[in-house]
Amino acid sequence: MWVVTAYFLRRLVGAVGVIFGVATITFVMVFLMPGDAARMYAGPRAPEETVQRIRVLWGLDQPLPVQYVRYLGRAIQLDFGESTRDKRPVLRAVIERLPATVQLAVAGLFVELLIGVPLGILAATRPGSWVDQLATVLALIGISLPQFALGLVALYMFGFVIPIFPLGGFGTPLHLVLPAIVLGLGGTAFYSRVLRNSILEVMGEDYVRTARAKGLSPKMVMIRHVLRNALMPVVTLAGLDLALLLGGVVVIEAVFGWPGIGLQAWTAIRNQDTPMIMGTVLFASIAVVFLNLFVDMLYIALDPRVRLTAEG
Amino acid sequence: MTQLTEAKPNNGFWAQLRRLPRAWIGAGLVAVVALAAVLAPLISPADPLKQFREGLTQTGTPLPPGGQFPLGTDHLGRDIMSRTLYGAQISLTVSFVANMTAAAFGTLVGLLAGYYGGVIDTLLMRLTDVLLAFPAILLALGLGSVLRPSVTTVLIILTFITWPALARLVRSQVLVVRERAFVESARCVGARDWYIIIRHILPQVITVTVVWATLSFANAVLIESSLSFLGVGVPLPTASWGNMIAEGQSRYRIAPWMILVPTVAILITTLGFNLLGDAVRDALDPRTSQRM
Repeated sequence: MWVVTAYFLRRLVGAVGVIFGVATITFVMVFLMPGDAARMYAGPRAPEETVQRIRVLWGLDQPLPVQYVRYLGRAIQLDFGESTRDKRPVLRAVIERLPATVQLAVAGLFVELLIGVPLGILAATRPGSWVDQLATVLALIGISLPQFALGLVALYMFGFVIPIFPLGGFGTPLHLVLPAIVLGLGGTAFYSRVLRNSILEVMGEDYVRTARAKGLSPKMVMIRHVLRNALMPVVTLAGLDLALLLGGVVVIEAVFGWPGIGLQAWTAIRNQDTPMIMGTVLFASIAVVFLNLFVDMLYIALDPRVRLTAEG
Repeated sequence: MTQLTEAKPNNGFWAQLRRLPRAWIGAGLVAVVALAAVLAPLISPADPLKQFREGLTQTGTPLPPGGQFPLGTDHLGRDIMSRTLYGAQISLTVSFVANMTAAAFGTLVGLLAGYYGGVIDTLLMRLTDVLLAFPAILLALGLGSVLRPSVTTVLIILTFITWPALARLVRSQVLVVRERAFVESARCVGARDWYIIIRHILPQVITVTVVWATLSFANAVLIESSLSFLGVGVPLPTASWGNMIAEGQSRYRIAPWMILVPTVAILITTLGFNLLGDAVRDALDPRTSQRM
């Protein structure tokens, strides 16, 4: 067990290092930002002394290294500053919007697995058949689809021409269907390919041959022996993917008017609300780093064969 | 010494490639889009920026496809076919240049990190760790808010978010090649580091770069159009497929062709490059055709 603990601690240190790097890059970006943040906050008609007072308050009059250390200090406490638009703490705004984004990301992942897993099993049981070929073609089309455009076309088709679903927005389960499908469709194809190859690999293992030799039906072999092992890479990928989906829903949120952190960041861009944008970027990156760490640990917990070497 | 470098693993590359239907279909689609981009000034029915008075209905709504405007008009009475053709120029150029820059930079970083190891490796790989931790589109939004929207900005953003993955890929290859006998022999006879890297290691890892560049081209087109759609990409009035769709977003109920036409254009391009890239990967390494 201590091996796992040591591994976890080492990974944790690595994660903190990455977050430090992420914060440094966002600091540089904020610094390079055109315009005067204090003036933006105070508004165009505020007197110069007010702006100057905000500058002092925020430490903008300090030398750059001091500003940098202060920025890191605040980032550690998850203090990402205040929105220049509505003067609220960025963290609170992000946390308010987070459930909507998580809901959409999880639903997208669900769609990916719901279609991807059966498709992968079908393709693997008949390698080379037309089902397999079709799955390959679908996989390529899936990764070629521009999600935002697909979203608009879906809204037009199933919200307007055939009005089954609402034209964007948030609230009922019906609102979730279209964005989740559009978000998940690209990944669907990917999972079916990964699972197919993983199944084909596991089918060649000795224990599968043994199971077959002792007279288990092909169906039982598939469920009891093959799938259980072949699903491992899918589980890992799903975890990593959730992190990707969390950050990647910006476009979908923009198309469907889904009130998550992506839509908020996009609105912030148009309002030139720097603390909001950078706070969201920093928050999402930290979430991704910890999700990755979590998935790695989950992987070890699920598969006792994973040997931990000094390399980690 | 040059005899030692003779390594031609891909003798039958073109022969392999020709045998794959995916390669032909992909190349065909890419050729169509490339021709459309190159010939845009010749085959466009109209000036992409011209706002036709007769391009709008009496009530000021866009015209559907047909007649003088084969693919319809947009909300300003501009010809969508011409805008889509000129959009191909922008989308392809931006994606191509960004992709090549990222390929060159990623390969260079991967070579240096893998060959020298030690502190250089650690520093460069930690940098890629950090950059890969950013969700790509969010990082692009952040960069887009720092830099003023322009074609150059899109280039910088695209390059910035794509090179780290390639650098890691190349590095992992270099780590293998570095230990091979011919590299050691070269070192024994006193070849300099840069000579070994360029003459002995680069030829062995360049296939990785080629496959990556072909496959990531489609991705570059997708990201460019997403950025232009979100308003941090190619600025108006220059037509890009992404910003055309953005302009159609609020009008898709009265003028669905405003979003459908550029969407199909994007799909043809990305599908073409993905088919071609997939075929190139299989032709370079037949073993991967069974696996991912």
